[in-house]
Amino acid sequence: MFSNRRIGRWTLNALATLAFLFALLPLIFVTWLSFYEQEIPSFPPTGYSLHWYALAIANERFIDAFVISAQVGLVATAIGLIVAIPASIALTRYRFTGRGAINNLLLMPLVIPGIVLGFSLYIFQVETTIATELPIMGSFWGLVFGHVLLVIPWSVRLITASLVGFDRTLEEAAMNLGADPFTAFRRVTVPGILPGIVAGAMFGFVSSFGNLEVSLFLVAPGQTTLPIAILQYLEWKIDPTIAAISVLQILIIIAAMLITDRFVRISRVV
Amino acid sequence: MAGVELQGLSKHYGDFQATEDVNLDIADGEFLVLLGPSGCGKTTTLRMIAGFIEPTKGTITVGGADVTRLPPWKRSTGLVFQNYALFPHLTVAQNVAFGLEMHKVPKAEIGGKVATALDLVQLGHLADRYPRQMSGGQQQRVALARALAFQPDVLLLDEPLSNLDAKLRHEVRHQIRNLQQRLGITTVMVTHDQEEALTMADRMVVMKDGRIQQLGTQRELYDDPASEFVASFVGRSSFIKGRFSGGRFVSHGGLAVETERRLAGEAVLALRPERIHLGADAADAASPDGSNTYRGKVASISYLGSSIDVEVKLNETDRVIAQVVNKGRESGASVGDEVSVTFPRDVPVFAASPA
Repeated sequence: MFSNRRIGRWTLNALATLAFLFALLPLIFVTWLSFYEQEIPSFPPTGYSLHWYALAIANERFIDAFVISAQVGLVATAIGLIVAIPASIALTRYRFTGRGAINNLLLMPLVIPGIVLGFSLYIFQVETTIATELPIMGSFWGLVFGHVLLVIPWSVRLITASLVGFDRTLEEAAMNLGADPFTAFRRVTVPGILPGIVAGAMFGFVSSFGNLEVSLFLVAPGQTTLPIAILQYLEWKIDPTIAAISVLQILIIIAAMLITDRFVRISRVV
Repeated sequence: MAGVELQGLSKHYGDFQATEDVNLDIADGEFLVLLGPSGCGKTTTLRMIAGFIEPTKGTITVGGADVTRLPPWKRSTGLVFQNYALFPHLTVAQNVAFGLEMHKVPKAEIGGKVATALDLVQLGHLADRYPRQMSGGQQQRVALARALAFQPDVLLLDEPLSNLDAKLRHEVRHQIRNLQQRLGITTVMVTHDQEEALTMADRMVVMKDGRIQQLGTQRELYDDPASEFVASFVGRSSFIKGRFSGGRFVSHGGLAVETERRLAGEAVLALRPERIHLGADAADAASPDGSNTYRGKVASISYLGSSIDVEVKLNETDRVIAQVVNKGRESGASVGDEVSVTFPRDVPVFAASPA
């Protein structure tokens, strides 16, 4: 006889496994597809090869787009953190009018559909370019600006979470031992909330790196990010090169996650 | 090393008075304990000495220098936090070195001073551990070493024993006291545990509602409490309510009690359980003339091991608890027995606190 409790646990585990498989299924299929031999994906495969990986790596448009995506992602993450760290401190430690509003504003880019965000930024940048005659529209920094908005919600969420869990008596202990507030923050608080900062940077970077909708509106001709390059390729061909480049992208992100997790336990924060 | 002087120290949060007019003169090398229930202002006082709370009024001087407006990092106070507040990302040695680095001690000297501080608390062999790898008692000693390493003028202890189990608490109490005496460092400790205060302090202060109720040695506070509150908070007392008429105390239950101290009007007697003499009958009274001896019935008995608490009902309103030494079978009063109790004449008497 099964007790109710055991049945409950079994159901929960089964459902969790199902959900997990459901989320993983596209990844599994993409990975499988990337090793197909034939050009037009059909089932069952006629054979397997690494041919599409060779093609993907040899494709200069993909390589250029990858470099741009990485550059934009890194710079946007850096700028995003510079905004997110002080903002998180203000949000968690001080009570001021408009605190709730600012909190919501900082999380807004996560809620607004990407296409709306991209379009609004596009109009905004066009208008400012006309009004100020500065070369904003279609510039690298214009694109970075848009991506900073993608980074901020993630890093603010994760950094505030770790600040809330941070024991402030540690800062008092540092000050009691002779550290001024800035030194106390640098020597004690930053190491304490480092997992949150790293996780925030990581998630911010990933959401920037994979973003399509915002980038579509802001890139200049000939300056495409990787998701855009993939989309453009798909307009003409549906061969497994796309699957291969996607798998490479996933591998890079997994590697980045694993490496950071070795130094900072992200799993503790997320 | 230096004495600490608090003058008229008050901290108000709006209408709430966290502390009000606290005056204390703590001698160089003295161990002073602030005792009181939670919310009495003892922690606020300690945090004002450390510089984390700015007083609304009053001054704090350490070694003759006014530090009232100095931020914490410019003061020379070593604070042991209630939760120890060890830096989790630093080893024990790095934790202890932190204060030395902040005080610009030359690098070459830091290692030696860290070792000395850790030896003081017998933890030299665990210098490379991280705080999470240590027991609560060890963490507590690291916190102590860290607070002492940079040789502050004053050591501050915020309920340092409250997170330790009962057995360890006894041990650490003596360790801290011995260390403090060996170093001769002026020390202020906050606690709500009167036993801790009684065993560790040179002098103690009882606080309530932000004000000092009484300041004195343990003996002064225990034998001669200044108020009903102090009598109930330091040690235990049975209280008998009544009034003075014609220089003689008469309880509401009708007991006439001879007291050395005489007041007028409504008053309260505070009887320590071990000062009440318990006898088999009136002939067994402690006083030669049989005064202050009353008949009663044993209402309940609590066995405490080395002693036994006997609750005696004297009449409908007056009950007292007498403590008798456990001498084995012969000290066996049982519930319902007729007994006699004798009160000492030097019983503390207070004017009744307004209801």
